[in-house]
Amino acid sequence: MILDQLDIDADAFATGTGWEIKPEGACKGEVCVPLGGAGDPFDVAAAAGKLGMAVVHEPDAGLWAIGPESLGGRALTSVVAPELELPDVNGTPFRLSSLRGQKVVLVSWAPY
Amino acid sequence: MDLPGWQALREELHPLGVEIVAVGLEMGGAEVLRPYIEDAGAEHPSLVDETHELDARFGVTNIPQAIWIDEAGTIVRPPEMAIPPHVMRPDADGELQPFGMAARMEDPQRYANKLRDWATKGAESEYVLSPDEVIARSKPRPIEVSQAAAHFELAQALWRAEGFSERTLHHFEAAHTLQADNITYKRQAYSQYRVSTDEEPTEFSRFMQSPAEGEAWPFVSDFTADMAAMQEQREREKAERG
Repeated sequence: MILDQLDIDADAFATGTGWEIKPEGACKGEVCVPLGGAGDPFDVAAAAGKLGMAVVHEPDAGLWAIGPESLGGRALTSVVAPELELPDVNGTPFRLSSLRGQKVVLVSWAPY
Repeated sequence: MDLPGWQALREELHPLGVEIVAVGLEMGGAEVLRPYIEDAGAEHPSLVDETHELDARFGVTNIPQAIWIDEAGTIVRPPEMAIPPHVMRPDADGELQPFGMAARMEDPQRYANKLRDWATKGAESEYVLSPDEVIARSKPRPIEVSQAAAHFELAQALWRAEGFSERTLHHFEAAHTLQADNITYKRQAYSQYRVSTDEEPTEFSRFMQSPAEGEAWPFVSDFTADMAAMQEQREREKAERG
């Protein structure tokens, strides 16, 4: 997720990364990672550190980017499909979870 | 282009409860994707992923790859190469010609047959993996991959604000170096660079992803070199397997 300042709350972090901040820690699917003191009050840099998320600063542009988690050495930390919300070609938001009850083949493609 | 092949599979498998979701990884946005989606007559959801969220969230690294998710929202196959059968289309003379990557494969139905098996047998399909296998077969994710994703996102944000500036290129370079096997990060940058810098871009500009002889090229690699590296890697893996 891209930020112009690091002072964000737990809700914004959950929207940007898919990790919900709960009393037991940062959780996605059935996986929860204890945050120690980073959960309350929420400290984005400390939470990112616990989740193995890179925080990269671009000082001249006043931007930070937080990379995805790197836990357990694999791209997937859980088999619970993460939420994915993207616009369709007409700009209408679409949530992957709206297809529960069907089998889904999620395909990557590109015109290059 | 495999969207017509996905649409044909969708027509066959949607009545069996399978939906295709085609995610276009394209920083240029919906208008770049639209002609291909309309040409394919796609009836399935076609999403626009300008910042390659699919890479960060699922470990996608190339096109075409696909992930299987069951009715309960459980991933039963992680990202892997996925090529739908080719379709037949008339050429300029009205002769039917194969269209799609599968036309060059020994068994164009190979991937589709796995999918048909899952569509009919569900959890009993031999192609459904256990949770441990799904995670183990997903891409390696050391901290460098997280760093690469962060740099790629910064490169995108900077490109939107100021085009291919020095710092935009710096962040693309970091992404390409930190996760060298992420082909979408690379081809996306090469492709958009061509479209942005060609004096008179044509519909083919976005596919010209290597420098011409003697041309200054601002990236650490190019498409030709990437494909050679992938071929080498495949041969090394084959040799290791004996």
